[in-house]
Amino acid sequence: MATENIMRVNLKVWRQAGPKEKGAFVTYENVETTPDTSFLETLDILNETLVEKGEEPIVFDHDCREGICGMCSLYINGHPHGPATGATTCQLYMRRFKNGETITVEPWRSAAFPVIKDLMVNRNAYDQIQQAGGYVSFNCGGAQDANAIPISKEIADEAMDSATCIGCGACAAACKNGSAMLFVSAKVSQLALLPQGKVEAAARAKAMVAKMDELGFGNCTNTGACAAECPKNISLSNIARLNREFLCAKFKD
Amino acid sequence: MSITIDSKIPAGPVSEKWTNYKAHQKLVNPANKRKLDIIVVGTGLAGASAASTLAEMGFNILNFCIQDSPRRAHSIAAQGGINAAKNYQNDGDSIYRLFYDTVKGGDYRAREANVYRLAEVSNNIIDQCVAQGVPFAREYGGLLANRSFGGAQVSRTFYAKGQTGQQLLLGAYSSLNRQIKAGKVKSYNRYELHDIVMVDGRARGIIAKNLVTGKFERFAAHAVVLATGGYGNTYFLSTNAMACNCSAAIAAYRQGAYFANPSYVQIHPTCIPVHGDKQSKLTLMSESLRNDGRIWVPKDIEDAKKLQKGEIKGSDIPEERRDYYLERRYPAFGNLVPRDVASRAAKERCDKGFGVNNTGLAVFLDFSEAINRLGIDVVRQRYGNLFDMYEEITDVNPGKLANEINGVKYYNPMMIFPAIHYTMGGLWVDYELQTSVKGLFAIGECNFSDHGANRLGASALMQGLADGYFVLPYTIQNYLSDQITVPRFDINSKEFVDAQKKCEDAQHALMNIKGKRSVDSLHKELGHIMWEYVGMGRTKEGLEVALQKLKEIRKEFETNLFVPGTEEGMNVELDKAFRLKDFIVMGELIAFDALNRNESCGGHFREEYQTEEGEAKRDDENFFYVGCWNYQGDDNKAPELIKEPLEYEAIKVQTRNYKS
Repeated sequence: MATENIMRVNLKVWRQAGPKEKGAFVTYENVETTPDTSFLETLDILNETLVEKGEEPIVFDHDCREGICGMCSLYINGHPHGPATGATTCQLYMRRFKNGETITVEPWRSAAFPVIKDLMVNRNAYDQIQQAGGYVSFNCGGAQDANAIPISKEIADEAMDSATCIGCGACAAACKNGSAMLFVSAKVSQLALLPQGKVEAAARAKAMVAKMDELGFGNCTNTGACAAECPKNISLSNIARLNREFLCAKFKD
Repeated sequence: MSITIDSKIPAGPVSEKWTNYKAHQKLVNPANKRKLDIIVVGTGLAGASAASTLAEMGFNILNFCIQDSPRRAHSIAAQGGINAAKNYQNDGDSIYRLFYDTVKGGDYRAREANVYRLAEVSNNIIDQCVAQGVPFAREYGGLLANRSFGGAQVSRTFYAKGQTGQQLLLGAYSSLNRQIKAGKVKSYNRYELHDIVMVDGRARGIIAKNLVTGKFERFAAHAVVLATGGYGNTYFLSTNAMACNCSAAIAAYRQGAYFANPSYVQIHPTCIPVHGDKQSKLTLMSESLRNDGRIWVPKDIEDAKKLQKGEIKGSDIPEERRDYYLERRYPAFGNLVPRDVASRAAKERCDKGFGVNNTGLAVFLDFSEAINRLGIDVVRQRYGNLFDMYEEITDVNPGKLANEINGVKYYNPMMIFPAIHYTMGGLWVDYELQTSVKGLFAIGECNFSDHGANRLGASALMQGLADGYFVLPYTIQNYLSDQITVPRFDINSKEFVDAQKKCEDAQHALMNIKGKRSVDSLHKELGHIMWEYVGMGRTKEGLEVALQKLKEIRKEFETNLFVPGTEEGMNVELDKAFRLKDFIVMGELIAFDALNRNESCGGHFREEYQTEEGEAKRDDENFFYVGCWNYQGDDNKAPELIKEPLEYEAIKVQTRNYKS
């Protein structure tokens, strides 16, 4: 049942005025919230008090607050999207924390995601990887009937699991090498599993991996931190499939 | 001078209009398409699909989004599904039936010709999305699966788990990416539209703010398309994302685009109830839950009082003391009545004191019967992700066995309450999706056209993609065909420079108020007024109070707003202040329209106009029209009402009946 117990936390937040400015932690003490309030709403509460004092609020990315748009990010107490597993930051509620706890909040730390301001980072690199090949080459208007190609439920479900990726960047942020392999492999797998995407599967894998390398993401060394921190539980098996598609592409060369 | 409205509906029977239109419209040849630029603002289902399709055709597209990536537009949050008249289930579906259900669901306030076209292209959308690799749910035989949604007696909803919007948007985003790579779409992320630039009476460009640098920038094109969504956040609390705003639509309105039917606001029946005053948004629980979930409150007021005090739980109340009020009132559709009907029925019970939580503003959505019939595994397979989401937010697991009374097992019910979700009203557009401003088009939730006074579930995705993939790419050519000799516009021309100056002046004005109130505190106040007086139950007196209070809010905004920081660089509070200014204009538009419309229909319920049983009572004699509001040059002046009469030829207008 909902409780309206007041709780107080200290928020140790990374503040950085701009991409080239030097950043530092600032601790805001005794921020008043409730266990049923979300973590982002607690940041809203803190921001409202900052504005009341004439200060600039903490900048952070957020939008749908339903765990699906992939806009929210944040390293909270050392974990991308905080301590809850399989949930984004916006789906994190204060009951996960203790009264009086000091919570450390940082932006994604990855060479490919430079800080824009405070906790907001630039994730344009993820769009560029998708632009390199994350699609089926097909123009609107010429599709055949949707039921003309039967796809087994197992395959459709597996493709759906891969397609669940929200592109938030947690995988690269969690990886000690800063690799985007989980993100890339999720799209490659989804389309390689389906007959519509099979035709271009090898070329797609090659193009997306090349773009990832070009943008400065690190190599994958199979530590699995990405999948462990993924808010959508994208599986490591996607990376295995990507490697397979990538090898196929290399053999064809 | 009285203005007449030309909706450009093609001649002929409703089923042949679109075919006739396409056969006779003007087209732009491939060599000329390359010479034409189109601005598309927004990257949701409508914006992304339009941008990619127009680019595939050969036009040059400038595409803007407010988020950091086109993939994050709020279409992504749509859970339930997308309708199409495929009749794969052999349950009697057809284009006509989808058309009929949509018009009826909209309480006979939609434009017939537009809705028929929507139903016609619905099937193409499914084909298109499957070809893109959208992983729709499938049956074991490998064919596409369907589920049922409110307001229909057939199963025509295609879905991808509880993430249909996400999958459809990622499909459109993938097509968009292909065109970005091809150089046909230039993508601008973290930009927000501030004004539409008019040259010789036509929309020829926009002023957009780069939200990172804080600078206003000028962009020119031969036509401008707005795909900027709805205005639900006028109410502060809604299921909309935090960045959803109506500023682009209001910018168009200020430039002379009519705003149609603003009072038609959809209140979704299955949202998680409000828990406190620090809340930033409301979370929707998919309507698909109503397939197996049963909505109830206690029969006995004493039980309700105990629930409100927290002395008992829902699972303590046995079957015979539960009032499944939707099944009782609407035997034919039961828990699957349209959203407006379900929302009002919940309000009616709570107003009578039967609410089930501490605020008295909640009803139960119960899966006990479904779990007892199908087993928890099957129920979890269908709704597991929604159960988990509910538990994460409320700390209650709806799939958990909670009690057994007389051999019947009772599981934790969910608590739900209606919340602002979607806006049927929007910029007025003709059959070609062009607003009353030449060269300015509006698609998706941003326009008003297809849902009448109430939208059926799984029809928003259908309409957004219909507009973007299959309608606008044709109709915009009818406008552009005589523009092929018009050279590209110079963004250093007087019109563009003046428009930018106007935006900068408006920004200085906001920064210089230097009052005491934060944007959010004023926005919350606006939201309270809107929900209280312009929400689910409206009255003449209440609406007059609202209009007075909105004036006071504007005064407070103009004299006592405080925006921290500077105009240089990123300033999120400043961006929010601009949006709030327009939400106040929007709030007034909703209230004006609601006050004018002396009837109840769909999402607009005037308490004075109801039947003895509490159902909405339309007045077709006096209000069978689209209410279009025309800006009078000043936010403080009341807008002028212009009427577009509705003409039905295929459907007989009658009272909506979901009882038998």
